[in-house]
Amino acid sequence: MFRLQDIARVYRKRQQEVVAFRTGRLDIADGEYIAVVGPSGSGKTTLLSMLGGMLSPDSGQVWLGETSLYDLSVTERAKLRRERIGFVFQTFNLVPYLTALENVQVPLYLSGFSPPVQRERAAAQLERVGLGNRLDHKPSELSTGQQQRVALARTLANNPKLILADEPTGNLDPDSRRMVLDFFDELHREGCTIVMVTHDPAAAQRAARRLCLHDGEIVETLESASKDAA
Amino acid sequence: MNLRTLVWRELAERPSAMLTSTLAILLGVTALVAIRHVTVFSEREVGRQLESLGANVLILPKDATLQDYYSADLTQQTLPESHVSSILLANLPGVERLSPKLCVQTTIADRPVTLTGILPQSEFQAKAAWQSVSLFSNKHAGCTKAACGPKTYDAAPESLASARSIDQLKDNEAVIGADVAEFSDLQSGKSVQLLGEKFQVLAVLPRTGTVDDSRVFAHLHSVQRLTNAGEVVNAIEVMGCCEDAAGQLVPGLRELLPDAKVVTISQVVLTQVGVNRLMGQMSWFVLVVLVVIGGASVASTISSNVRERRREIGTLMALGATPGLVTRMFLLKAWVLGLVGAVGGGILGLAIAIGLGSQWAGVAVTPLPGLVGVAIVAALTITTLAAWWPARAAAKLDPCCCFQEI
Repeated sequence: MFRLQDIARVYRKRQQEVVAFRTGRLDIADGEYIAVVGPSGSGKTTLLSMLGGMLSPDSGQVWLGETSLYDLSVTERAKLRRERIGFVFQTFNLVPYLTALENVQVPLYLSGFSPPVQRERAAAQLERVGLGNRLDHKPSELSTGQQQRVALARTLANNPKLILADEPTGNLDPDSRRMVLDFFDELHREGCTIVMVTHDPAAAQRAARRLCLHDGEIVETLESASKDAA
Repeated sequence: MNLRTLVWRELAERPSAMLTSTLAILLGVTALVAIRHVTVFSEREVGRQLESLGANVLILPKDATLQDYYSADLTQQTLPESHVSSILLANLPGVERLSPKLCVQTTIADRPVTLTGILPQSEFQAKAAWQSVSLFSNKHAGCTKAACGPKTYDAAPESLASARSIDQLKDNEAVIGADVAEFSDLQSGKSVQLLGEKFQVLAVLPRTGTVDDSRVFAHLHSVQRLTNAGEVVNAIEVMGCCEDAAGQLVPGLRELLPDAKVVTISQVVLTQVGVNRLMGQMSWFVLVVLVVIGGASVASTISSNVRERRREIGTLMALGATPGLVTRMFLLKAWVLGLVGAVGGGILGLAIAIGLGSQWAGVAVTPLPGLVGVAIVAALTITTLAAWWPARAAAKLDPCCCFQEI
């Protein structure tokens, strides 16, 4: 699915160069479940942003299938995200003035679905995450766990084949955390490719492969024993 | 879900944040629409007065002040009626008719009205015959009356409204204005009590939109007799034969009547012309204020809205929103603000112009849809231009800010 070739992204601050992320080669296959771990500032979010077509590298190329992501225009990359990628955020990033149903409708609207189809599909996704009775609630009227489930429903609205998650369990209580990770497992079983940035070792254990980052470089790649066994 | 819903939901969530810029646009458009309406109608009124009264000259008491031609005779000061004979005997070139007037206040049906004594033209013909003078026969040099066609005077009493003179009016007859006829239910042939004496209504004047609508006209000598005023008048209106006559008549009349004030309609409306010019300039100033204050307010509101919603914009971009859609989202929001302000301002400005136009400038104002449309289009154009930069800035935001805590 992904191939990163000779990638480097450098930030310049006060005439000093800081390597945000650098790799000679990184391949992510279709249907892989990858956890990206490492201390703060190690380049995890930079990697995720580059995979999502939102941060162009200073050098090198990011291939998604046969497409070189950063040879596309900004608008083309937006359309590609809309069609193929789903994002999960640590702080959910729900639109505060929209209801749960409307939040899930947003990606469907961006994909050009008519309002009745949007409502039907959004309601089905919310039903799937157990929020069928919270369609008209605004984010402020939901618990953090419920908000993350709305965000998950929004991520899945367009049936993306790739899910990029940034600390998806960072702000959740244990029950909600388990529910989100179970969901990821289910999506992985269904064939989704998942790249998850996390600080949570237990969450990382669920992934088939763990990329350990330090100072912007992949210092270790670990295969999960449980997954290997599976 | 569509773009309108997205914009409308956000606006409905925090309407107070948008209040300042909407108010700035609303006030700018209100002032623009109100001032332009009053100016346009005031200019039309001046033009109408100049067209219909351009050849007329007013002779007033020396100390009289006047703002409005139609109410020039509503003054406390008087002139001797003998001035009329003086003008008649002088046989000044260009004089076609004279109309001396004396005004007093009285009541009809318990409502105050102005009773105006006016000398009918038949009296002048009699006077000319006694004094063996040729009545109004002296044309001035270069008179254009022939070129303009004959200026005829209708003998019907209703023509007093436009001709400002009357051919025949008996001692016991009255001609009443449209407003008086309406509230006192009077019509031609009925009788009315004026200053304790019974008068027969000769005619009801057509509505003019001037103070003449609330006047009652009777014979000058009847009014003088009933008020014991003596042989005096408040004003003498001199109708010239053509517009050129007015300018040439004034020096002759001033020389003939040194104790009187002689003014032309141009002089009367000069103040109003000045006010109109000032208001015209003021409307340009208001437009500049609308551009600067309204535009700056919209730009500031949209800019701060973009700053506050950086993560939301980043999230929308992560979900697949294109830069064009983000631009449209903020432009649509600005248009909503502009449209609410512009339409509200248009309605408010019209209401102010219609309600206060008659008090400010003494003119009746009716809506000018074209002007309101131009004001709305101007406000929307300003709003669009002001919102363009922050909207583009939103579209260029780094979508990675969706990962940041803001």
